[in-house]
Amino acid sequence: MSPKQRLVVIGNGMAGARTVEEILSRGGRERFDITVLGEEPHGNYNRILLSKVLSGSQDASEILLNPIDWYADNGVTLKTNSRVTTIDRDAKNVQTADGSLTDYDRLIIATGSRPMVPPFGGLRTEDGALKPGAFVFRTIEDCADIAAYARNCKRATVIGGGLLGLESARGLLEHGVEVHIVHLGSHLMEAQLDRQAAEILKRTLETMGLHIHLGRSTKCILGEDRVEGLAFADGETLNCCMTIISCGIVPNVQLAKDCGLTVKRGIVTDDQMRSVDDPDIFVVGECAEHRGRVYGLVAPLWHQGQVLADVITDTNPKALYPGSKLATKLKVMGVDLATMGITEPEGDDEVVQFNESRRGRYKKLIIRDGTLVGAILLGETEKAATLLQAFDRGSALPEDRAQLLFSLEGNKAEASVVDAPDDTQVCNCNGVCKSAIVNCVKGGRKSLKMVMEATRAGTGCGSCKAQVQQLVEWAADGAVEEDPTVHYYVPGVPLAKPELVAAVKSHELKSVSRVFDALADGREDPGSKMGLASLLKQIWGADYEDERDARYINDRVHANIQKDRTFSVIPRIYGGVTSADQLRRIADAADKYEARMVKITGGQRIDLLGIKKEDLPDVWKDLGMPSGHAYAKAFRTCKTCVGTDFCRYGLGDSTKLGIEIETRFQGLESPGKLKLATAGCPRNCSEAYVKDVGAVAVEGGRWEIYVGGAAGAHVRKGDLLCTVDSHPDVLLYVGRFLQYYRENAKYLERTYGFVERIGIAKIRAVVVEDSEELATHLDHAMQQSVDAYVDPWLEAEQPVSVHQFASQLVGASE
Amino acid sequence: MSLSTVVRRDLGPADRIPLGEGREFDVMGQIVAVFRSRNGQIYATQASCPHRGGPLADGLLGGATVICPLHARKFDLETGRSVADDCFLRTYPVYLDDNGHLILDFDTAELPVFEKFE
Repeated sequence: MSPKQRLVVIGNGMAGARTVEEILSRGGRERFDITVLGEEPHGNYNRILLSKVLSGSQDASEILLNPIDWYADNGVTLKTNSRVTTIDRDAKNVQTADGSLTDYDRLIIATGSRPMVPPFGGLRTEDGALKPGAFVFRTIEDCADIAAYARNCKRATVIGGGLLGLESARGLLEHGVEVHIVHLGSHLMEAQLDRQAAEILKRTLETMGLHIHLGRSTKCILGEDRVEGLAFADGETLNCCMTIISCGIVPNVQLAKDCGLTVKRGIVTDDQMRSVDDPDIFVVGECAEHRGRVYGLVAPLWHQGQVLADVITDTNPKALYPGSKLATKLKVMGVDLATMGITEPEGDDEVVQFNESRRGRYKKLIIRDGTLVGAILLGETEKAATLLQAFDRGSALPEDRAQLLFSLEGNKAEASVVDAPDDTQVCNCNGVCKSAIVNCVKGGRKSLKMVMEATRAGTGCGSCKAQVQQLVEWAADGAVEEDPTVHYYVPGVPLAKPELVAAVKSHELKSVSRVFDALADGREDPGSKMGLASLLKQIWGADYEDERDARYINDRVHANIQKDRTFSVIPRIYGGVTSADQLRRIADAADKYEARMVKITGGQRIDLLGIKKEDLPDVWKDLGMPSGHAYAKAFRTCKTCVGTDFCRYGLGDSTKLGIEIETRFQGLESPGKLKLATAGCPRNCSEAYVKDVGAVAVEGGRWEIYVGGAAGAHVRKGDLLCTVDSHPDVLLYVGRFLQYYRENAKYLERTYGFVERIGIAKIRAVVVEDSEELATHLDHAMQQSVDAYVDPWLEAEQPVSVHQFASQLVGASE
Repeated sequence: MSLSTVVRRDLGPADRIPLGEGREFDVMGQIVAVFRSRNGQIYATQASCPHRGGPLADGLLGGATVICPLHARKFDLETGRSVADDCFLRTYPVYLDDNGHLILDFDTAELPVFEKFE
């Protein structure tokens, strides 16, 4: 075994220590004798949280990442208080301030950066030190010094209104000091914010008690022996007894420069974080310059450390650091701010913006070619994790951009699934937890479809699909395999909906089997059959060639299959209004066919459960009522309240209207099921606001029509489509909306998804204002469908396929 | 050990099963699902889905794949393997004779096992 190499790390900041951790996790302890030389007396701490130490919300000990013991425990030699003075690349050693030499085979420079201190007049004492009362904010010691000085101070200034300046100003406020931020630029945080966001942030900070001066160029520090004020270029002055200089950072590059390494703004590295001059020297963190950029944020530095560790340990000698996209979060108490990428659009960039300055909320997204290139979230950052992921990966964005800005109802958990614990149940239908999904991806299944097939997550009600998708993207770490079938109308025919419709029409494909023959090389996909059947029926209407094998079992036998292979039978009860005679027939059928349960449904009907398949035709005949279509992607019910006949609040005859609606649209097939309701007043007893279509009577003999409501796995109040004067007008606009939905929705897309996707404004324009001159066509097509209605339970008398309702056949030779 | 005896059963004309669908047959007290695919092939498997007992003969059939109507588990009818590869179906040799009848080969050695469950 070859002897261990000596690995020396200059710098024990976040970059140096993290890189050592990464190296150890790749078996680095066996390969290297590691020595870390740190200038500060501590172990490694989280510098990002220093402002919390300053504000007193965290103790210095709480932000330690690696205490002194950690180094010994991991076989790493830590030398604290060791400032490196020279690197001798020929002798391959480094010298520290105490004169001692440390030899290396490999060297990592992680010297970080220091505060930039502009040459203000009167800043320094004769010995060159900062004048008493003037501070920078970089270390735990700085924190302690600032806090101590603030005790006897009434007013403090912070020079610089960038990220760090604001954080330190907010921290100081907790010490009972009046704090003034003096900023050279015309708005705060220019690197991360646009003017509008900065203006709102300024107001938010001012309400917290901070004083903010913009466009102020500090010229010199006033005071003989200690800080007594600031003087500005415009001649004005501001009294204060202390000042914190937060004007940015400068990479610590002197050591590297002195030993002849290429230095521009930082120490120049290649894509493996290696110095371009010396193969044995690596550079990581704020002192490194990669492809012309120096990073002052923590995420890029983690990534650099991983690549460096991959390379230096030979774990992955070809690992490359591609550079980082920038995203930050402001860590100021009482302010939620997350930013990423650019702040202003260029060229044809799309901007999505929400501004509610009164409540300190502002959101702005910049989208280029369908991907997120910039975002500002101020006052509410719950979508930050989702957006950051989209930003990092350049992944596709939802068509409804509002979903990017807000957690729409029912989706609260979505944003956090990536951060959730491993045992969080993601798919509540099939009981699939987060770790199962993640492990499936790590096991090589890197598309949503594959993961759904393997784990069954998202295959129940489907409401967790977005979360599963998010987990797949996250776990695949950018290596998601695009599943081409997501763009197809059905997975088994490689065409999107418009191309498929065109092909179906041009080849005159009127049956599902002909579509497979003509467009899928004859390969039948059972999972595609129902979607194709729905589409063909839509295209061909009465000319559609119905093949019963393309139907789901429920649609073959016009009843809903149950877990024990029996069926549920729900006759149509128009508007939920029944009669003693109907009830007697239902009761008799329940007895005769031994229904195991008789249940009042949510749709104001009666369900006979536990009916055997072979008994279905006889049950229907005995009932003498039409099918309620409680099994189909079709119009199901119209719930009603008692309206004006009995109710003392009723404003409109909702019962009569409901029966009219149900009589007209019964059994109408559609991309998803349709549940409607009418309410006699806005008290909404029949839940009309949360139905696919709801009509609500309002004072003045008028009806409000709501569309796109839902109260299932997804809950949504419908959007008001229009208000009309009469029952015939309700039927007209409901019919026109339903036809528009039938022609334009995706297969299985419920109205709530359709209305959100298309937008109520567009739908209203088409359906009510007839902006596209489609009304005549829509009304005509709907009338044709209504006229074509046939009660499927008539198949009791005339079965359409052999042994349509048979349970079991016996062999010919039995 | 019971003797393994293959019994041949005539299940009647193939068109007892509509094209593209499946039907259940009672074969000496054991229920078998027989499928008549539009690809021209006939398949026979155990009747109930190993997941939750769904009636596979009522599933959607395409090529050699059937989807259970209860929870959409997918199976390859030639191998009996589920697409998620977490369970198996027993398959039976089945073919069409010269009269267009469905002929199923059935091993009687299995019968006692099933009787035990009755």
